[in-house]
Amino acid sequence: MEYYRSQVLICTGTGCSSSNSPAIIKRFEECIRNAGLENEIKVVRTGCFGLCENGPICIVYPEGAFYSHIKVDDVERIVSEHLVKGRVVADLLYKKSVTEDGKIRSLEEIDFYKKQKRVALRNCGVIDPENINEYIAFDGYKALAKALTEMSRDDVIDVILKSGLRGRGGAGFPTGLKWKFAKAPESDVKYVCCNADEGDPGAFMDRSVLEGDPHSVLEAMAIAGYAIGSQQGYIYVRAEYPIAVKRLRIAIDQAREAGLLGKDIFGTGFNFDIDLRLGSGAFVCGEETALMTSIEGCRGEPRPRPPFPAIKGLFGKPTILNNVETLANVCQIILNGPEWFASMGTEKSKGTKVFALGGKINNTGLVEIPMGTTLREIIYDIGGGIPNGKKFKAAQTGGPSGGCIPAEHLDIPIDYDNLIAIGSMMGSGGMIVMDEDNCMVNIAKFFLEFTVDESCGKCPPCRIGTRRMLEILDRITHGKGEDGDIEKLEKLAKNIKASALCGLGQTAPNPVLSTLRYFRDEYEAHIYEKRCPAGVCKALLSYAIDPEKCRGCSLCARNCPAGAISGQVRSPFVIDNKKCIKCGACEASCKFGAIVKR
Amino acid sequence: MAVGNGNRKEQFEQLDGVIAQWKGVEGGLLPIMQHAQEILGCVDEEVQHYISAATGIPVSTIYGVATFYSQFTLKPRGKYTMGICLGTACYVRGSQQVLDELEKRLGIGVGETTADGMFTLNATRCIGCCGLAPAMMVNDEVYGRLVPGDVPGIIEKYRARG
Repeated sequence: MEYYRSQVLICTGTGCSSSNSPAIIKRFEECIRNAGLENEIKVVRTGCFGLCENGPICIVYPEGAFYSHIKVDDVERIVSEHLVKGRVVADLLYKKSVTEDGKIRSLEEIDFYKKQKRVALRNCGVIDPENINEYIAFDGYKALAKALTEMSRDDVIDVILKSGLRGRGGAGFPTGLKWKFAKAPESDVKYVCCNADEGDPGAFMDRSVLEGDPHSVLEAMAIAGYAIGSQQGYIYVRAEYPIAVKRLRIAIDQAREAGLLGKDIFGTGFNFDIDLRLGSGAFVCGEETALMTSIEGCRGEPRPRPPFPAIKGLFGKPTILNNVETLANVCQIILNGPEWFASMGTEKSKGTKVFALGGKINNTGLVEIPMGTTLREIIYDIGGGIPNGKKFKAAQTGGPSGGCIPAEHLDIPIDYDNLIAIGSMMGSGGMIVMDEDNCMVNIAKFFLEFTVDESCGKCPPCRIGTRRMLEILDRITHGKGEDGDIEKLEKLAKNIKASALCGLGQTAPNPVLSTLRYFRDEYEAHIYEKRCPAGVCKALLSYAIDPEKCRGCSLCARNCPAGAISGQVRSPFVIDNKKCIKCGACEASCKFGAIVKR
Repeated sequence: MAVGNGNRKEQFEQLDGVIAQWKGVEGGLLPIMQHAQEILGCVDEEVQHYISAATGIPVSTIYGVATFYSQFTLKPRGKYTMGICLGTACYVRGSQQVLDELEKRLGIGVGETTADGMFTLNATRCIGCCGLAPAMMVNDEVYGRLVPGDVPGIIEKYRARG
């Protein structure tokens, strides 16, 4: 094996790729070759480091120098200074990775990583996802070997049960129980499916696992196949994730070639293979029965349960369906034992959870934390707080099925049951932070627009009910809300939750219910005072000029496309609200902050 | 994709290969249609009938699938499909304003194609680039941290590419 004195790890996840990391890699390889160092220094294309905000990211080992926001032009300097002369290029380092006296902090000491515990993401940003040997070097396929050679099928299920692992896709059903149910029925054919149709807006952990560590998913599927007695797996992955699809294809080919998928794995007589199926852009296909219908080549509509997939799933055969992040935990549980996994987390939610931090937060990116970490720790310690000194208003979790968590619950330990208790849910782990500039009625409307759009139309409560709710919200945000609207929303929500066919419909009213619970005053302001407190809903806004601040420069009047602003130069101008179209051009142009929104 | 009649025959031959590979495979209809769209640019009535005749799957089923999934299109798309993300993270960071600018600059609405066949404008669901919100995909390329001012440059880049 070749020995390299130094390794340059560069993120090739979607985030950093779109920030130009492929060109940076090319430049690194060029410069290293020009310096004659190609036998001493290796460039490794890795998956996501999580800190997407600072991409493209590159870490040089053995020093662990964490370079952020690199440009192609910076590469030559890093090579000539750091790699040739051994002098770290201090001004290109991620600022928070350097101590005050100029020493490099290790990854674990950086604020963003300090409170994290990477289990599902352990290999992301560490190994080259397109090279099976790197995965194997990090104990890859060891768990499969252990399961096949040292454990019975019941042992495997037992370990997963004891670990307390619950589904990371949303509902949090115990994974071991799912496997146990699917092992029970006698059937010559069973299936293992992986749900990689990550559709919750704001969640991208599955994408990062698939892009950064695809083999961990394949290995876990094979273990699941062994446990329930299946020989065939399917990964249903979104076509919107081209890099993930490409790396999965490479990983499957490499695993087949190495004999880790296919016939007679490890000489044990166990056969297991995996095929990919691409989603075609239907959110409802993230629902388990709809996903199976889609793999069967039909319109991805959900089916009533029972029969549950463990009895009658894909092609009518017993099937288990696990989410990507769930599977990414499995191999570690087999290797380290259920006690190790259960030692992390809270009483009923074990292990870690990956959250995708997004929205109004300084460190957007992926974080993996032990269950039970508080929202405050995630947002302020890891996420670095809210940009521009704004005030935290709410964090939205669970996507269109979830709800908003207001500031009063910042200190609640995050786990499945606590989130449900406060009217939200874990969901797949999207966490969108909102500040005082976000209107909660508008956010609720945004989510309902989503569900109305994505409703498959099979059952009337979801098809018609959510549309009626959206119409009411639309009226409210346009200043036409009436007394009784809130009650109508609540009644519709209750009925839809009780009667919709699948998870999508049953949870669709949640964003409305949770915003009503915590931000009822905003709804009331819209309906009774015809006012949008956050200043978002255009129909309810009116612009005015503060005569104290206005210097009469006439810039706003010249920028107004509607000719609604008039006045004498050097004395305060006024806005004619009858002509105003509320475009905000005056506000954007005023240099004195004299335009006020009401 | 602007597809001329001249090479359409070759495209159908290519499709024959795909159908041969997937025919008889359980759940093979979706992969066939995905390839068909890639090769022919859309799954219009002609393509649906062609797949139906070759596989024996009723054309009503194929039409049902084609209209269910948002990725399938019954009309040819432009050479470049611009999909601006309206996922939550992008939305709260102002992707609507970027979309407004795209509509203004391209002179088309969401779901429409420019007269020269270059651009189709789409509003997509989350593309998983929330770390770079607001984000947009042009075919398979991702653009992040967008502001409305970036729009003309991006359009120009693809126009120049032709």
